[in-house]
Amino acid sequence: MQCQVCQKREATIHLTEITDGVRSEMHLCEQCAQEEGIAVKSQLSINELLSGLLATQPSDDELFGDTERELSCPHCGFTLGQFTKEAVLGCPYDYEVFEKSLLPLVEKAHDGKTVHCGKVPSRMPKDTKKQIKLTALRQQLQAAVQNEDYELAAKLRDKINQLE
Amino acid sequence: MKLTDISGDINEWFDGSGPLADIVISSRIRLARNMAGHKFLSRCSAAEKSEILEKLRDTLMSLELGDKVFYLSVDKTPALDRHFLVERHLISRHHAFGKGPRGVVIAQREFFTAMINEEDHLRIQMLKGGLQLTQCFEQINHIDDMIEKRIDYAFSPRYGYLTACPTNLGTGIRVSVMLHLPALKMTGQIEKFLNATKDMGLAVRGLFGEGTEAAGDFYQLSNQVTLGISETDIIAQFENAVIPEIVEYENAARNQLLSKEPDVLDDKISRAMALLRNARLISSQEALFLLSHLRMGINMHERMGASTPAIKRLCKLRAAGGDADKPGGLSIATINRLFMLTQPAHLQLNYGKMLDAAHRDVLRAKIIRSALNE
Repeated sequence: MQCQVCQKREATIHLTEITDGVRSEMHLCEQCAQEEGIAVKSQLSINELLSGLLATQPSDDELFGDTERELSCPHCGFTLGQFTKEAVLGCPYDYEVFEKSLLPLVEKAHDGKTVHCGKVPSRMPKDTKKQIKLTALRQQLQAAVQNEDYELAAKLRDKINQLE
Repeated sequence: MKLTDISGDINEWFDGSGPLADIVISSRIRLARNMAGHKFLSRCSAAEKSEILEKLRDTLMSLELGDKVFYLSVDKTPALDRHFLVERHLISRHHAFGKGPRGVVIAQREFFTAMINEEDHLRIQMLKGGLQLTQCFEQINHIDDMIEKRIDYAFSPRYGYLTACPTNLGTGIRVSVMLHLPALKMTGQIEKFLNATKDMGLAVRGLFGEGTEAAGDFYQLSNQVTLGISETDIIAQFENAVIPEIVEYENAARNQLLSKEPDVLDDKISRAMALLRNARLISSQEALFLLSHLRMGINMHERMGASTPAIKRLCKLRAAGGDADKPGGLSIATINRLFMLTQPAHLQLNYGKMLDAAHRDVLRAKIIRSALNE
């Protein structure tokens, strides 16, 4: 289908609008859609995603008072305000310092998950490795139960009991 | 090693071999890591960046990687060479045109690169032809283990590997698969594919070219979730579920073209052949678009036994001076070579000097004509 505006490029954006019960359709190519001010981008930049996520959080000030907003990291001097602009953090400690504000964002970016269950550096204490392994196994168990794969679930349960 | 040592040919992962390589061009796994005891790069002074760079470069250059490795100071590399490295998929655009002291370690056969001081202190990646994610992970994981013996990574038991951007937190893994999906595009089903991948939480972008539009029907599919799921589970999702399904759809679309619309198929291939063999000026976008049709035609012949009149003519084309990879006919490697070598920076590097767009179009058309005409 051709774009209605330029009549040249292929229409890839199809809009259906219903105003007062009247239905209208528009078929545009990406370029014309952008010119018409219909912002359609196939990919959000990480910057946009993050500032969007931060902006939609139920105001940090309400939840945490001014504490985290005003806080600057004692290790690198970073503030949340800077994060909203730059979309990258200042140092590894920021994850602890700004934990309350970052957590909802981490959750959204990672499909609701907030706990690591992958590779662990070999220098980490055995107990840490065990805890991370347990987290992974518990998640697999949950998935197995959801998929009604009870044979796998039983095996996973045994593994978890063994580790614990 | 000089870049011109590699710029004259395609890289190993693009030679058309590997499992499902007719549709899955290549597999890539990248790990993002940061050194403990240092700030992330946005807060580092130039001196601290140099210190990180030196430490990581020395560590990487001393590893046994199964190939010769060379190091480039990206901040001291001319713009054309940086463009070339991006075209070659050896460094990211962000790394090529970023700021401050930064570098890249490259294995000569181009399967491995390590970007130092990109967005994170270290990003290591492994590339292979076809669908080989498990093999990529085994190798990159082994390299990561070797680095970890000498470098303390920033790691938290709760959040995993700590990265500058929270979107890479946890495993720091980015699994990417490069796909060639011309038949889905031709049969008008590509939107369905794009929507389905978004529903699965995967990101899609074009493999070649500047914008987000996928030039030449090449798409790059990658994971977005990096936390709360293990590396092997992410890879299994790609290898066992997502990719086989897409490959099946693309094959079904190719079969549909063959059985229901052979004239449409032949028209596309014939037009592509006619233009590529005769054009005197050709832009990189147009070349990608047309070469994509030839690539599909040859693959349909080799993998599905397709032999429509246009496909027969296509496969009988002989590369100038004979096709070393396939005596008596045109091979996929030749087409892949044209994809790679007709990109702007490749053209200029191989020509030996800078060329404006108009002169590049002339040179590109000439290279393609001589490859496709006896």
